Amino acid sequence: MNVLNFINDFFSDSAHWHGYDGIPHRLLEHVQYSLIALAIAAAIGLPVGLITGHTGRGGTALALIATAARALPSFGLLVLMFVLLGLGLLPVMIPLVVLAVPPILVTTYEAVRTVEPAPVDAARGMGMTEPRILFQVELPVALPLIFSGLRSAAIQIVSTATIAAYVSLGGLGRYIVDGLYQRNYEKVVGGATLVAVLALVTLGLFWAAARAAVSPGVRRS
Amino acid sequence: MNGFFDIPSDLQHSWLGLIGLHLREALIPVLAGLVLALPIGQLCVRLRWLYPPVLWVTTVLYAVPSLAFFVVLIDYTGQSETTVMIPLAVYSLVVLVPAIVDGVRSVPQETLAAATAMGFGPVRRYLQVQLPIAVPALIAGLRIATVSSISLVSVGTLIGNQGALGNLLADAMFYHRTALAVNSVVTTAVLAIVIDALLVLLRKVLTPWAPPSSGGTRTARRGGRRRLPGRPAQEQTVRPEPAAPAVQGAAPVKDTAR
Repeated sequence: MNVLNFINDFFSDSAHWHGYDGIPHRLLEHVQYSLIALAIAAAIGLPVGLITGHTGRGGTALALIATAARALPSFGLLVLMFVLLGLGLLPVMIPLVVLAVPPILVTTYEAVRTVEPAPVDAARGMGMTEPRILFQVELPVALPLIFSGLRSAAIQIVSTATIAAYVSLGGLGRYIVDGLYQRNYEKVVGGATLVAVLALVTLGLFWAAARAAVSPGVRRS
Repeated sequence: MNGFFDIPSDLQHSWLGLIGLHLREALIPVLAGLVLALPIGQLCVRLRWLYPPVLWVTTVLYAVPSLAFFVVLIDYTGQSETTVMIPLAVYSLVVLVPAIVDGVRSVPQETLAAATAMGFGPVRRYLQVQLPIAVPALIAGLRIATVSSISLVSVGTLIGNQGALGNLLADAMFYHRTALAVNSVVTTAVLAIVIDALLVLLRKVLTPWAPPSSGGTRTARRGGRRRLPGRPAQEQTVRPEPAAPAVQGAAPVKDTAR
């Protein structure tokens, strides 16, 4: 297998393991970009999604915004921001956040909105205040779906953060872009493997987090 | 706006030419994905045990970044359009298979029984009962697949001149002409929105029986904080349902095996 040989060569080369262009450093950069972008996207998407989901208002506007945001090409946005703003973290963050907000926003909204009405009505009948209903009744039930939205956003961020290398930033995309220009497929395949593994690890982390955070009563399957 | 649509000569295309190229590179993969996803989805509906592994494989494939996918494929298919199209087809497969499975599974058992009682064979039942009922879910999947496909074509720029509208981005960087980047982003976004709207229209044409505000705008009806349990929206009931029968269906199988 061609690809497997490439992977083996890449990872067994000790030159790839230290220094500025080493795997740990690039991995750290990549994780850093992804985490910042996910945090910003969650800070935007979760509150808005929770509130609109709770009140049930603004769903149409939300769907429109999400469609529009999804239509924006992240790669194009990255280059545009790079041309406009120059080198820096901001041009990378904008497309990644734009990419990640729609899934978080829409799934959070859907998750809260589709919570069964009976418990919510019961809570309201018991005299719970609206914030308490949201956080103590709706949120726990909606949590599995909210997690799935965050998860798909995180995976997309991790795999899209590779394009940051195209505008001369770091991250694991560096290996892919550099390898492409140097016709060094070993590097390309190695970088791709790293990103894919990182995405899978993200998947696993979210699975574990959902497992830990979701109460057993509302767990699905 | 003067010269906004002037495309650098090294692209050897007009603005409209680039759009045509972009659409071709974005839509053929989605069609290929659909052609592949329909039998896979049907198989997953028939053989329940097949669905989780298929879902796993597609999720893993989805985790591979498009950029890496493109570059690795160069080794096999060269710097050609095929190299751009294969990953896009795979990505649309990831979206379409669950959409089809959810859609087909959402067909009520009574409806199927009625169709069987009317003498529908399996093929006719699939084509005339299951598929039409699955259309809303299918189109919802198609919308996501098409929009992401359109925006991902631009990444093809990285592997030579295969990004259609994305090529403008490379030129915007080389010549530092911001207008080109703006042109590329705006055109791509508008293209995606237009195709999305066309798909919504297609759903309305294909499901004339559905209430006017189903799908994306169905939420508009649910004003106020009272949730109406009486009229759940279509996709909403689709979601939880597959899980329940899957578990119930699995239990007897285990029992008979013992």
